[in-house]
Amino acid sequence: MNSKRFSPTSSTIKSRFTRRFLRALLKINRQRTRTPSSPMEICQRYLKVKLAADVSMASAVGSRRAWSRAMLAKIRHGVRAGSTSSLAMRKRKIYHGKKSTKEVGIVGNAKVLRKLVPGGEAMDTCSLLDETFHYIKCLSTQVKVMTRIADQICST
Amino acid sequence: MSSRRSRSRQPGGSRITDDQINDLVSKLQQLLPEIRDRRSDKVSAANVLQETCNYIRNLHREVDDLSERLSGLLATTDTAQAAIIRSLLMQ
Repeated sequence: MNSKRFSPTSSTIKSRFTRRFLRALLKINRQRTRTPSSPMEICQRYLKVKLAADVSMASAVGSRRAWSRAMLAKIRHGVRAGSTSSLAMRKRKIYHGKKSTKEVGIVGNAKVLRKLVPGGEAMDTCSLLDETFHYIKCLSTQVKVMTRIADQICST
Repeated sequence: MSSRRSRSRQPGGSRITDDQINDLVSKLQQLLPEIRDRRSDKVSAANVLQETCNYIRNLHREVDDLSERLSGLLATTDTAQAAIIRSLLMQ
């Protein structure tokens, strides 16, 4: 484990995320039952995969970033409590489109952004934009890695 | 300090200059595929923020879809375990 000032390139975060996520997937896979899954089991497995992805990403980034710290704290506190309902709510929000405020301008959009970025509520605008930048980069890394994994499993 | 208060009326009184915001906004602009390809100079900060929110929502949705796909794959294929281990070793 190297110095604190070393700022990791996205390839380092990518490989850390990939390793953690693959290990989590292995663990989830081992819990698979032989009998055909009920819908409840399918839903739970989907949630486990999603949670694993978020945890792997946040811990790959570590505590260097406010958003990863906020995400890890939220997961530790709220992983049992109603994670299903919040995910279901998020899906509904997405499919309804932008039902957010009609405010235009920087302040209005910054408010919406605060809700999207973990830990965004407690930041001032400058840090918010900074964290957003890093968060987007990590999210797109996450998508790329997950796509590659899914394709690889498909192709075997 | 002559910091021009931009449209952000922060209740905490934090002095945020226009320049700071412009720098960060242009950084975000480079990241968003929509705006980068549009190549117009008239992109306002509010527009960039709006596109950022949309982009983040899209990414969240992609992660959700990929998680569904992966959990489905884990459920069906028996060789998934071997594939995952192989990917892990290739890191």
